[in-house]
Amino acid sequence: MDFFVQQIAAGLTSGAIYACVALGLVMIYVSTDHINFAQGEMAMFATYLAWAMIDAGLPYWIAFGLTVAVAFAGGLFIQRVVLKPLENAPVLALVVCFIALLSIFNALAGMIWSYTIKQFPSPFPARDVFGNGLVSVQQLGVVAVTLVMLGLLTVFFRYTTLGLAMRAAAQNATSARLMGVRVSWMLALGWGLAAAIGAIAGMLVAPIVFLDPNMMTGILVYGFAGALVGGIGNPLGAVAGGFIVGVLENLVGSYVIGNELKLTFALIVVVGVLLLKPAGIFGRVIVKRV
Amino acid sequence: MAAIGSMTASANGWAMKRGFGPVAILFWILLALLPMLELVTDDPSFDYYMFMGQSMLIYAIAVLGLNLLIGFNGQISLGHSAFFALGAYTAAIMMTFAGWPFWATLPIAAAVCFGAGFLFGFPALKLEGHYLALATFTLAIAVPQLLKYKPIAPWTGGVGGVLLEKPEPPEWLGLSVDQYLYYLCLIVAMLMFWLVFNLLRSRSGLAMMAIRDHTMAAGTMGVDTSMYKTVTFGISAAITGVAGSLSAITIAYVAPDSFTLQLAISFLVGLVVGGLASLPGCLIGGAFIVLVQNSAQSISDWMKTSFALRYDVPAWAIYGVLLLLLMYVMPTGVMGGITVLRHKIAGRRSTRVNAPSPTVVRPGKTAGETTPAA
Amino acid sequence: MSALLQVKGMSAWYGAIRALYELDLSIEKGGVTALLGANGAGKTTTLRAICNMIRRSGSTVLDGTDITRRSTEDIVRMGVAHVPEGRGTFVALTVEENLKLAFHIRRDHAEARRDMELVFEYFPRLKERIRQQAGTLSGGEQQMLAIARALMIRPRLMLLDEPSFGLAPLVVQEIFRILRRINAEEHVSMLIVEQNAALALDLADHVYLLETGSVVTSGPSAMVQNDETLRKAYLGY
Repeated sequence: MDFFVQQIAAGLTSGAIYACVALGLVMIYVSTDHINFAQGEMAMFATYLAWAMIDAGLPYWIAFGLTVAVAFAGGLFIQRVVLKPLENAPVLALVVCFIALLSIFNALAGMIWSYTIKQFPSPFPARDVFGNGLVSVQQLGVVAVTLVMLGLLTVFFRYTTLGLAMRAAAQNATSARLMGVRVSWMLALGWGLAAAIGAIAGMLVAPIVFLDPNMMTGILVYGFAGALVGGIGNPLGAVAGGFIVGVLENLVGSYVIGNELKLTFALIVVVGVLLLKPAGIFGRVIVKRV
Repeated sequence: MAAIGSMTASANGWAMKRGFGPVAILFWILLALLPMLELVTDDPSFDYYMFMGQSMLIYAIAVLGLNLLIGFNGQISLGHSAFFALGAYTAAIMMTFAGWPFWATLPIAAAVCFGAGFLFGFPALKLEGHYLALATFTLAIAVPQLLKYKPIAPWTGGVGGVLLEKPEPPEWLGLSVDQYLYYLCLIVAMLMFWLVFNLLRSRSGLAMMAIRDHTMAAGTMGVDTSMYKTVTFGISAAITGVAGSLSAITIAYVAPDSFTLQLAISFLVGLVVGGLASLPGCLIGGAFIVLVQNSAQSISDWMKTSFALRYDVPAWAIYGVLLLLLMYVMPTGVMGGITVLRHKIAGRRSTRVNAPSPTVVRPGKTAGETTPAA
Repeated sequence: MSALLQVKGMSAWYGAIRALYELDLSIEKGGVTALLGANGAGKTTTLRAICNMIRRSGSTVLDGTDITRRSTEDIVRMGVAHVPEGRGTFVALTVEENLKLAFHIRRDHAEARRDMELVFEYFPRLKERIRQQAGTLSGGEQQMLAIARALMIRPRLMLLDEPSFGLAPLVVQEIFRILRRINAEEHVSMLIVEQNAALALDLADHVYLLETGSVVTSGPSAMVQNDETLRKAYLGY
């Protein structure tokens, strides 16, 4: 029984990270309709920036804040400079572009910081919460950060006019333009937010899996699975999906297939959801009158 | 929206119309004569050049498979490393455990990969553009782990992979091992290109391209779009699988970590560099991949000295930057660029005869980009 | 004479296809101008070209300011509200969110809130549906929502693209009644494109007749209403 609870707790922790990655993916999907294959590498790169700042002697939380800000600016920059010329390009051009970004970030990180793994500090102590070895403060902290982020995003999208403008721009760009919304900046903002969320995900995951240029590859796939399970157009669903996939992964891993086929499991989830329930389990059907 | 839109190197395909014309035949003959250079050179690394030639041809075949799917049928795949791996392991296992001769593994690998590709083609039917890219991306990432799976390790060799023996050329040929393998790759490549060329020229080929350009319209014209898409996925996987088994034979070694997402990306690089929907482009792409891999170190050194960089520049950074640049400057690849040039030259020639017309839409520009009369 | 919008020599293209030929238009402050003509005459194109939504040449001056090179968003922010063909509803947003979108470009949120109340006075039906997903509204309600959205940005000029399209006659009458009130009470000038010529002539005080991308004739509504040959030739009644 203890083992089972431990697995659930571990599942929720990794689920929280998948949820973060999924949130970033949803952010870009919602604002631009694209699936960003470079999301994981962008997060990894931002985490290296944080590592470099901490290594240079900055306190953890200052490095954390700076990294999020830099990532936001970086996301904005990528959309404005790299992707804007391709706004009307065919899907393949965009996919190629994302793959190019993935390669560049991966190569840059390896080039600057080498491929040897690094320790990344956690702001949360590894201490037990209840003193029975089931749940650690570290795990609770990761889950809490994810939930806070989800809360902030929900407030932003539901209660601010900027969030509303972003949603409107994503839904109907022409109509949004006719309401004075600068649509192309809304897309850039979506990228900025996605990059910032990715940076947070990276900094949460790095203490657990250690920092190396390939640390996000598998996690990105799980992030995709989470986003798809919850419905890729829906932040709340993405977070729920991330947790579901995290718990499932741990249970399936410890009771059914072992840890060696976790990525295959993610592949099955991705293909399965795309085939059977493309809108995800929380996907809301939008009523349209024609 | 069409997944690849106006990015094809030859929408109407001059390459297709000419195809195996005199230029192509001459080119293949030149390739066949390359090993004879040994007679006039005493470069000690000649065998290594032959090995590079093998790799180029193998990559060209893999890119050909991918091009059939993306360029001619409009289905995006980021997971062709999986079929390459399947082909390689099929060859390795047949040779090690069943003692089959190397050449006999090629058709088996093709059949196995066709089956796998055909099966993957079914879920792919329901997925378009980004989603298909996503599903195949996941496939590419899952494969190395799958190959290391313990229960199948007796056959796959697990993390360590399988070590093979290079085939010995028959005495009477008088060739070195690498020359022999080069010819093996060349013959298989010619066969594959010839098959694809004929496939594309047939009614089936037209149907495949019609599906790429407008799936729904093709459907209403009576093309069984699902059937064509799954079969194309199968053929594409089979061709890439054959390339995979050739690589197992020529390198004489297979291991899970050779078949990562990076491999799939290099196919994509080859495809984009050579040009979508261009057969000669596949050869250019294959050569390009090997050249960059081999000269990454010297490119890196050159950049370090000329830009005073403190770091090594890895091949992946070069690939990435190049992909980006190509998307902006020449989304139709080298062959597409050549097509545009040819049209320009032809256009200039024809304007000498005919009065220049302001309504002529230049190739390479879409109708929307013509200069306004204002 | 003070023209609110002055368009000179405007041509427009869809890709390589030219849709407007050297159009001149002048819209009076406070008035309602109708743009009439057959299908494909370039009416919708004219509205789109004014807002810089398609490639075009010529000059556009709004109340003394040259807006030729301004982006669509800027033109809207300067007080030109475009009620588009097909109503442009944000189907997944609620009615309230559709209207609140205007808060994004307005600095005076207190005043914007008062404007929202005002809009609900014109369209009480929208207030009843305030929390409803806009995609679930009927066609007439979506048209009202589109006009209400445009009103929320406090326009000087409203461009209306076929507000009667696909609606029941009674609903059309209601909408035109409200448009007349908005014109009179809020001093919003209007440029309206309509298939239903009789209806438009009734509302408008000035008319432009378009054919294949050029102005055929223009003048006071009464002139067209009384000219039977003109009516028969271009308006079909």
